Amino acid sequence: MSYTLIIVALPFLMFLFLGLVGGKMKPVVAGLIGTTGLIISTVLSYIAAGSYFFSVGKIGETYQTIVPMNFEWLRFTDKLHIDLGIMLDPISVMMLVVITTVSLMVHIYSFGYMKGERGFQRYYALLSLFSFSMLGLVIAPNIFQMYIFWELVGVSSYSLIGFYYTKPSAVAASKKAFIVTRFADLFFLIGILVLSFYSGTFSFRDLTSPAGCAFAQSITDTFMGWSVVSWAMMLIFIGGAGKSAMLPFHIWLPDAMEGPTPVSALIHAATMVVAGVFLVARMFPVYIFGAPDVLTIITYIGATTALFAAVIACTQTDIKRVLAFSTISQIAYMITALGVSGYGAHEGLGYMASMFHLFTHAFFKALLFLGAGAVIHAVHSNEMDSMGGLRKYLPITHITFLIACLSISGIPPFSGFFSKDEILVAAFEKNQIVFWCLYFCAGLTAFYMFRLYYRIFWGDNNKVYQHTPHEAPASMTIPLIFLAALTCVVGFIPFSEFISTDKTVFHTHIEWSIASLSILVAVTGIAIATWMYRKKNTSSDKVTASIKGLYTAAYHKFYFDEIWIFVTKKIIFNGISQPVAWFDRHVVDGFMNLQSTITNYLSRKIKFTQSGEIQDYAWAFMMGAVVIISLLVFI
Amino acid sequence: MDFLSLFVLVPILMLVGFLPCKNIRQIRTVAVIGSSILLGLSVALVCMFIGERAAGNTAEMLFTFDRVWFPTLNIHYSVGVDGVSVVMLLLSSIIVFTGVFASWNQQPLTKEFFMWLILLATGVFGFFISVDLFTMLLFYEVALIPMYLLIGVWGTGKKEYSAMKLTLMLMGGSALMMVGIFGIYFNSAGSTGTFTFNLQEIAQNGIPIEAQRIFFPLTFIGFGVLGAMFPFHTWSPDGHASAPTAVSMLHAGVLMKLGGYGCYRVAICLMPQAAHEQSWFFLILTGISVVYGAFGACVQKDLKYINAYSSVSHCGLVLFAILMLNETAMTGAFMQMLSHGLMTALFFALIGMIYGRTHTRDIREMGGLMRIMPFLSVSYVIAGLASLGLPGFSGFVSEMMIFVGSFQHTDMFHRVFTVVACSSIVITAVYILRVVGKILFGGVQNEHHKTLTDATWFEKIAVVTLIVCITGIGFFPSFVSDIIKGSLTIMTSW
Repeated sequence: MSYTLIIVALPFLMFLFLGLVGGKMKPVVAGLIGTTGLIISTVLSYIAAGSYFFSVGKIGETYQTIVPMNFEWLRFTDKLHIDLGIMLDPISVMMLVVITTVSLMVHIYSFGYMKGERGFQRYYALLSLFSFSMLGLVIAPNIFQMYIFWELVGVSSYSLIGFYYTKPSAVAASKKAFIVTRFADLFFLIGILVLSFYSGTFSFRDLTSPAGCAFAQSITDTFMGWSVVSWAMMLIFIGGAGKSAMLPFHIWLPDAMEGPTPVSALIHAATMVVAGVFLVARMFPVYIFGAPDVLTIITYIGATTALFAAVIACTQTDIKRVLAFSTISQIAYMITALGVSGYGAHEGLGYMASMFHLFTHAFFKALLFLGAGAVIHAVHSNEMDSMGGLRKYLPITHITFLIACLSISGIPPFSGFFSKDEILVAAFEKNQIVFWCLYFCAGLTAFYMFRLYYRIFWGDNNKVYQHTPHEAPASMTIPLIFLAALTCVVGFIPFSEFISTDKTVFHTHIEWSIASLSILVAVTGIAIATWMYRKKNTSSDKVTASIKGLYTAAYHKFYFDEIWIFVTKKIIFNGISQPVAWFDRHVVDGFMNLQSTITNYLSRKIKFTQSGEIQDYAWAFMMGAVVIISLLVFI
Repeated sequence: MDFLSLFVLVPILMLVGFLPCKNIRQIRTVAVIGSSILLGLSVALVCMFIGERAAGNTAEMLFTFDRVWFPTLNIHYSVGVDGVSVVMLLLSSIIVFTGVFASWNQQPLTKEFFMWLILLATGVFGFFISVDLFTMLLFYEVALIPMYLLIGVWGTGKKEYSAMKLTLMLMGGSALMMVGIFGIYFNSAGSTGTFTFNLQEIAQNGIPIEAQRIFFPLTFIGFGVLGAMFPFHTWSPDGHASAPTAVSMLHAGVLMKLGGYGCYRVAICLMPQAAHEQSWFFLILTGISVVYGAFGACVQKDLKYINAYSSVSHCGLVLFAILMLNETAMTGAFMQMLSHGLMTALFFALIGMIYGRTHTRDIREMGGLMRIMPFLSVSYVIAGLASLGLPGFSGFVSEMMIFVGSFQHTDMFHRVFTVVACSSIVITAVYILRVVGKILFGGVQNEHHKTLTDATWFEKIAVVTLIVCITGIGFFPSFVSDIIKGSLTIMTSW
């Protein structure tokens, strides 16, 4: 299976090629070259997935971990060395499919969306860089390679968010995204240091094999009353939380919507933001055996984030921001599912459900973003207030968007229903509080998604547009249709036969008692949204007026941005950096200058002795001689 | 004539070659030819070195040459290289080569400028090939003095003040160091009965622990001043800000490395026991440098000041890693020296080029340069990303080597300090992105900037050479780390 190298290497070559000579090409040619490269990667990863899941990887009922390539890149010590290589196991193969598919759709879609934009070649070069980094991340056979690609993903996200670099808000957003995630990465790095110090390896195979988990249990060292393995895994999770926008690191994601919409679909909905989920899934055996206490923390962080983001999503008026908060909420679902999971066939339902939701979410959320992009393309605005009644003008976008909304709300037979149902079942079996929290979120999800849907496509039916909105060109609608088709079918994949904690096939069925509950809450949410937003009426104003305090707080995203700005501006810049700079100039350097001042002062004081008058010198000479002689004589 | 002495001889020949030059064109020709030869020599040296090691030559110093110079005091002209010095020589020749291109249009007094610059280079090359403490000290001073004139005459801003400050502080450092070196000399006899300046012999004879306790801090601080160790770093921001482009490049790129190299070769290798005992104190100082420099850089408004503080932080990391006294961290330290040298030279070159166009280095007066000078701006972004330790560039491998190596220390104190030093990677990102966002992105601040032109061919040579080196190390770090590591195993086997 060494051809999997091509899947990863090709986007990188495309990046180099487009980055170096792309500027001299015609935009369309550059786009075509990038897309061609990605088509090859996509086809190869489908082939890889097919052969892995149905022949090469499966021995009996168990999936093997295949390492088709691995070489030592940089040696630290005898035990610790960074290897670069490829590791194929069910989750990494699944991720290959997700990433290449969504990325390809975005490549095609961007032909229409980015048409005529300045820097079209650069855009495709960066898309290739991102695809490369993300693919490298998921196939990493060791945690350090993952960290390397983790950073590369971060920088490609930075450069794509800041694609419109003349726009100050985009520059600020890209900076924020990079620094916040970098801050979280610091913890990831420290976590790697701690873990590798105790385990003596970076390799996932050694860490997550049964023997490796035994190591995790055998370490008894503690630091400040908590086992060092727990520390390491907690730190690593913080790294993941940064990329996956968990509380309190979520603040960068809504701002990241300043980037081009297809970028949001690819990076900030389907792939990069789930890196944290993937990380926890990758290290799952260590969590469950070495640090179950951390897993509990993860559960609660996930559940809180899910609720928190869903509440905010109900109040936002920028359609991309609604989707951003929805993404945060859905990723929190996945994280929570991992948290409530156990190990073993049915015990590990949460793990499977999490990966399943990752899979289905990638497609329907990309679809939502691309649909939102088509809407923005048509009306040239992100604000709901400037939309309404668009179903007449954008029929294809309307239908595909509706499918995605139904899917994310958890209405059968769309894919979101199946994966969300599994998560709810897993949560129900493990932790009732978390279950009801997620259950309430499911209702909120249905509500805010249909609020979005109605306000774009229904609402003010007689809205007058300055330019009549047009349906997007084929390059944009084809990806929409394709993703909508996927959304309709992928739910029927028997996911537990491919992905499980111990890589062994098991069977699940739909738990209709919980499924009917979840359909009920989804329908309720949709019904409320219909009542409030289907036609332009005052009911929504009445509702917001009745919960004014909560509404205002949610509208301002519970003031997290303000807190972060306070921390960075007031504490880091004004509280630390300014005093440090002042201290350096006035105290440290002042001390150095003081020495020269003293020297100057003293020399000025004694310079009268060098008067240049021969009488003075003779006088001093005489006196000196007298003193010395008298000393010699009398002592 | 032995091979290594060519590194000193070629610059001297260049100095002679400058004398008859009549115009800038001839001066450039001499400078380009000479620096290309130097670059070629150092590449050849790297190849020869790898060849020798591959052939199984395990001698500590290779290509040695020894001649008695001043018999009364047992001073030799003694040269030789190990992996560490090979890498440093390579770095120096790259920086000199690119420095020549970066000062292509240096006016006025071009001839004098280049002569001083090359004299400085002579000192640097001589320092790295010396195995004799006395010659080492001699070359060290040769490298320092030209700096005064280069900044004082060709500098900008308050250049006299900066030149004076830099020279006095470094001289103060070398005074301490000189005491240390003489202390080493008079304790170098061991059981042989003769004093020696030869590094290898001293290391063999061993210095009594009582003497080590006194002279270790003297030499470490002495060299540490040049390595911008807190609180002796304040020469660096002023000095760099006032210096002309090529001088900044050479100074931050190479001269500051003399400090780290000296700390290792003289202080630590000769006095390992004292290093073990006292490392905690200097770890605190260098740990402060790392974080303090980074915070200091966050609020500066002058591009060169930002970079100077960034250098304090990065060079602090070098000394920090050396003091960890283990192989991985030390390898990381030398890779960091190499990487910082290249990155900071690239930064200063770019800043010089931008300054040459906009006539300002104040980040508040610039904006939107990306659209006006795409080549320089993209290069600046690359330099920034390398500086904040992005994988694929040299900064990442060296920093990771340092962090992983330092964290292997069994002592909790060292590990906690490693975590503190790690935090600099976030602060670095803050100040780098702040600058990039302000000057390259956004709208154009000054209407006059719209007419500016992008890089010329000679500027592109300098920039591209440095970028290629930085990414080369970033992609194939083992190539460098193997050269360094091979030498360290021998040296750290105390």
